[in-house]
This record gives sequence, C-alpha cells and structure tokens, in this order.
Amino acid sequence: MKITLEIQRFDPEKDAAPHMASYQVEAEPTDLVLDALHEVLWHQDGTLAFRRSCGHGVCGSDAMEINGVNRLACKVLVKSLGSKITVRPLRGLKVLRDLIVDMESFFDKYRRMKPWLMTQGEEPVKERLQSPRQRAIFDDTTKCILCAACTSSCPSFWANDEYVGPAAIVAAHRFIFDSRDEATQERLELTNEKTGVWRCRTVFNCVEACPRDIDVTRAIGDIKRAILYNKT
Amino acid sequence: MDEVTLHKFDVVIVGAGGAGLMAALEASKAARVVVVSKLYPTRSHTGAAQGGIGAALGNVEHDNWEWHMFDTCKGGDYLCDQDAVEILAREAIETVYDLEHMGLPFNRTPDGKIDQRPFGGHTRDFGKAPVKRACYAADRTGHMILQTLYQQCLKNDVHFLNEYYVLDLIFTDKVCRGIVAYRLATGDLHIIEAKAVMFATGGYGRVFKITSNAHASTGDGMAIAFRQGIPLEDMEFFQFHPTGIYKMGILITEGARGEGGVLLNDRGERFMERYAPTLKDLAARDVVSRAIYTEIQEGRGIQGKDYVYLDLRHLGQSVIETKLPDIADFVRTYMGLEPSRDLIPTQPTAHYCMGGIPTDVEGRVVMDEKNTVAPGFYAAGECACVSVHGANRLGTNSLVDILVFGRRAGRHMLRYLPQAEPLPLPLQPEEAAQANIARLLKGKGKESAVGIRESLQENMMSLVGVYREETQMKQMIDKIGELRSRYADVKVQNQGKKFNTELVQAVELGYLIDTAEATVVAALARQESRGGHSRRDYPKRDDANWLKHSLVYTSSRGTELKYKPVVITRFPPKERVY
Repeated sequence: MKITLEIQRFDPEKDAAPHMASYQVEAEPTDLVLDALHEVLWHQDGTLAFRRSCGHGVCGSDAMEINGVNRLACKVLVKSLGSKITVRPLRGLKVLRDLIVDMESFFDKYRRMKPWLMTQGEEPVKERLQSPRQRAIFDDTTKCILCAACTSSCPSFWANDEYVGPAAIVAAHRFIFDSRDEATQERLELTNEKTGVWRCRTVFNCVEACPRDIDVTRAIGDIKRAILYNKT
Repeated sequence: MDEVTLHKFDVVIVGAGGAGLMAALEASKAARVVVVSKLYPTRSHTGAAQGGIGAALGNVEHDNWEWHMFDTCKGGDYLCDQDAVEILAREAIETVYDLEHMGLPFNRTPDGKIDQRPFGGHTRDFGKAPVKRACYAADRTGHMILQTLYQQCLKNDVHFLNEYYVLDLIFTDKVCRGIVAYRLATGDLHIIEAKAVMFATGGYGRVFKITSNAHASTGDGMAIAFRQGIPLEDMEFFQFHPTGIYKMGILITEGARGEGGVLLNDRGERFMERYAPTLKDLAARDVVSRAIYTEIQEGRGIQGKDYVYLDLRHLGQSVIETKLPDIADFVRTYMGLEPSRDLIPTQPTAHYCMGGIPTDVEGRVVMDEKNTVAPGFYAAGECACVSVHGANRLGTNSLVDILVFGRRAGRHMLRYLPQAEPLPLPLQPEEAAQANIARLLKGKGKESAVGIRESLQENMMSLVGVYREETQMKQMIDKIGELRSRYADVKVQNQGKKFNTELVQAVELGYLIDTAEATVVAALARQESRGGHSRRDYPKRDDANWLKHSLVYTSSRGTELKYKPVVITRFPPKERVY
C-alpha cells in the first residue's frame, strides 16, 4: 500500500523552528511504522533522526506521537492507521533533532523516586520469601520500559514540568507495593510532595499511551489511597 | 570534530546490558567507574531476554549444579571449556539469589520461593528427563534483570555516558589504556582514559536478515578488538533459535515449549518426537532448528512454505496470561493471532553468537593460542568467548553468563588496578577513529551503506545459515570481498553533527562486515558438524581433528586462523543424543 508519512523535522544546526515534511512510502500492510521510518532514512532522506533498538516493543527507544497518540513505532502496524500517518516527537520534552527528545529530565525524575529495593538488616542466605499473591500486587508496574510515552502524554505534565509524571510514579508503585521493600513511608512521602501524585487529574491519557498496557492511573490511585489511609 | 574531550576514570565499561552493569556494580565498590553506551542503558538488548535464567536451586524438584554443568557441556557439543562451565553452573546459584536480594521480582512457588520451569536441554540425572531449572519473571526475565541492575547502579552512583558510541581501543605498549568514543548528541570525539577497559558490547545478530537481535546488535566491540589484532574465537558457531515469528524473526521464548507448547508440521505431526525421542520439543536449539529445516526441505513446512507452527492452544488462557504474557502480546500485535486459539507460524531466527573476544575465567582478554593476557582489557557477555557455550548455547545460559562473568570481570579489574602500569597515552589516540569518520563524511565515494548492508544480511542468511557447505561459503567469502571494496567507497549524505544516524549506521556496517568475515573464514575451515555449525558436506562431528577452538586474526595481510585446545575436566566427549 502507498502511504503518506508526515514527519515533524527539526535540525538544530539549520532550522529556527520545527516543520512538517511529507514522504511517500510503499509499505506492506503488516509493516510497522518503524519500517516506514527506516524506508525514509535508508532510501529517501539520510538526515532523518530517530531512536530505535529492539524493534519489537521491549526496549522503549522509539516512543513518539503517531496520529496524535503516543505509541512505540515498532508496535504499530501501518494497516491500523490508514494511508496517512503523522509522526511527531513526544510532547513536553525538548526536541533535540527530528523525533529525538531530551530524556535527561525524564530519567532524573525516575531517579528521584529512589527506584531500588530498600531493606534493613542482613540478607538471607537464599531468597526472601514472597507469596504469588504478594508478587501479583505489583506485577503490573514491573513492566515499565521507561519509554516516556505516558509522561509525555499527560496534560498535567505539559502544564507544569515540575510534576514527576506517571512513569516515575509507576516506579514508586513498583516498590511501595513490593512486600520485600522496607521504605514504604519514605516512598509515600516522596510521592506526596507537591510535585507528586496529587498533580494527577485522572485524565487517563497515560493508560491509553502505555505500550505495555500498564494501568497507570490505577497505580497512581493506589498510591493516593495509601497516602490517605497509610495502608499498602 | 575538532573538539576532543578527555575524561579520566579508573575503569571504563562499554555496554550497559547485564554484563556491563554487573561489572560496574562490582568495580564501583572501590574504583571510579564509567559505563559508556550507544543507547540509554535500559534499552540494552539484555532486556529482550525472555524465558529465564538457569540455576540449580532445586526449588521445585531435585537438581544440582553438576547436572547443569553436564547439560551445558553436552549442549555445547563438548566444545565448552569445562573449567569455565563449572564456574558458570556453581555461581549461577548465588547469582540468582543476589538478583533476588537486589529486588528482582521473580515468579514464585506457592511456598514463596523463586519458581522454576523446564527449558531446552536442561535435564536431571545427566540427560534422563527435563528438569525445572529456569528461574523466571513471566516471559520478561531479561527486562527485569536489566531494570534491577540499572536501579542498583543508580543507587550506587555509577557514572554513565549515555549515547556515546565506542570507535576504538587505546593501547600503549600492548597495555589497554582507554577508548575513543563519539558523542551522538554533538558529533564530538571523546577520549576516555582508564586503567582498565571492559567490553560488554553484545552480539552481531544483525549480520543476518532474519534475526531476533536488536538493530543495535552490530558487533561493535568484537570488530574493534579484531582490528586491534586480538583474535575472535569460535566465530563459526552461531545459534539459530527455533521459534522466531515468521518473516520478522521476533523471538518466541523456549519457555513457551517449557510450558508445554509443541511444534507441528503441515500434517499436524509433532515432528520433534522423531528427532529427539527423550526431550522432544525441549531438545537443544541447534537440534530443533535443524529439525525444522529438514521438515521444510522435505516438503512438510506449512503449505510447503518455509515455516512450521508453534501450538500453544492447549496451555489454556491462564498459563498464557500469567507465564507468557509478552509472547501473547507479540503474537496478537504482529500477527493478529490469538495464541489460545490459533497456531503460530514460526521459523528459525539468528539469535546468538557463541564465539567472541577470547577471555579467561576472570574476564581478562587473552590474545593468542597460549592464552597470553592483554593487560587492562576485559570482556564479558555475548561479545566475549570464555567459552561456556561451546558450539551451541543452552537456553537461559546467556543470562547466567553475563552475570557470572560480568561480575568476575568487575572483581578482577579491582585486583588489577593497583598494579596497572601508568603508561602515558599515545599521541593523538583518536587519529584512526577520526580518519574513519572523516572518510565516511567527506570521502569522494558514491556508495550508500544501506545497499551494502542489505546484501550482506541476505547473503549471510542464505549462504552461511543453519546448514552450510563449502561452495556456498566460498561464494560468501567472495561476496565479502566485493562488499568490503564497495564499503571503502561509502559516502554519508547527512553532514550534520547532531544525532547523525546515517553516519553511525555506516560505522556499524563496517563492524558487521568484519564479524561476517571472521564467521565465514572460521566456518569454511572447520570441516565437521558440531553444535551451531552444521555442514552438509561434513555431517559428522570429528573429535580427532576438530575438538579445538578456532582463533581468527585479521591484519593488513588478510585473515589468519589458529587453534587452541578445549579444556575438558569432568565430561569426556560423547555422542550427543536427546
């Protein structure tokens, strides 16, 4: 099938502002948007810049706005979009070139959540025990691949980039609800800060954007309830 | 490219997958460490590992590390160095417990222990029946390992240089002193001086057209070492995973068969029963991939085509959703199929290189057949060859390898640092890298890297794939010669300095050509069939002549082959039947 691929271009060495460019691409219906981008890069315009690595939705490199929704380019089939596809960089993050955005502030916010297991005392010789049920409680939020699709789809984040954003809160959730972690209070205080969970207005954009099908808004709600009732 | 920035650290680690991060965690306990990655660390290909990490915990049924050791040696068709395999199998156990202590969310047994499941080639009692040895976190075990190690690195303030692309190694009097890297965001060169350098740069699966590997898996570290006169070991052994999604190569974990999935041919027959009567669909990967090729060749591929079916329908929705959720997602997303209802078209996909930069069990790179150490240079993971996988790697053992030997390299670097000779850097160590970049950007050539890469990938797939023979490999050698001369004429159109993707991919292509050449040269020479190297013209294993590791060298005079003996301790070679 023939598709028209509209890509937002920005070359900081030449352009004062981003602009849209249009490419005609021949694609199989089962091709991915990533394949179409490769077709442009490899056969039409070598100056196009975008990130990608695994090519099947697990590394999180190629999150971008595709026909108005944040998706991974390697997880969207061309046939699901029709003959016109519009691709832009993630919103709310500084564009460095074309579809490449500055991820530093995103990872800084992740890091601010202290996303590592905190425990007291000696490690056991073997594993810490955890029941399948305890494990299931935080399963959803272990799936995050830090692609930033959720955070950059969030109107609260667009309005105020001090907000740590859904991805960082997902990381906090993963540890708050892990029965092995012993820093629950500290984590609840972190997410209770004015840049934390209360900025979420339950718009659900993050849920729609997440390529890993994490129920992000529910996770944020879990933490809000834990803060209010001091219970995990 | 005028600016060259100098950084000084005790240790520089290139690659932020499991091996690199594990080494960084160890080394950063007592040294200034920097991890350099051409991606963001959490994008590394370790994250794509699915099914599990093998360790004889015995949580679900009786198991011991000696069985794991035996399975690994047999799986490797007896080309493994057994001293290294013993370390792998023993240290797997403490490594898995360490991961759990770091927070890795393993699936659990009803009594709260780490759950385990069967995997190809892993057995009890030295081959009698499958054993549950793979510790797993659904079908995203690699993702959890990568996230957990990255989180620990953040906790321990490991320094990262993200989106810096390694271009060269720096040696002074044969002592490794650092690396040259290209910063993607600016196009500037950086010299990172260090007393110890470690490569954990992963594999080169992108040399084949159908592969499970990330676009980033382009053999960078292997090729850079190769160009510096370090040999590459056992490059003829490349593993094709039996179950890649048809045409796309995306991996469907062996865990799917571990949970009970079976392979079917066009007649609906469970054909693995004929090839591996004991382990059936859970035989080692090389065996299953060859069986699929044979079925296809004999006309029993689906509708006579080049694929077979993976059948998960009988597992039921709940097993699929809790133990294979990502696989189910891939099948739905990319094929529009429902695994609990539909058969899944699969074909072998280029998956893993057993060979690589030769090292000893401490992760030290060794540069000749006498195992002479290259001071200050370390390697671990898929880019290295220690050799625990021999001629064919068992499923789950790549994760064991990266962690066990990544950590050993990290520890050994700390022991090495106090005795490292403080030799000065050579004058202008960036010269060669700079010239290479300048040639690609400013050269007078007219070739595009894309066409060369596509030709390389297609030809490697058809001429040096699952089955090999002399005439085809000779064709490939000629082809590489042609592609190499075309590569000398590559000119990159994009002249920009910031995120010049076209330039980076042209550099990667150079590395792919080198690793392809090492592969074919070693494969053509080895006149036997063993593990992942199957020759139609030499269908039998030949221990009398070929129970030895190959070492390919390159220089201005071309390639040269040498060999070194295999270390055999507990398990003398036997016929390999599953």
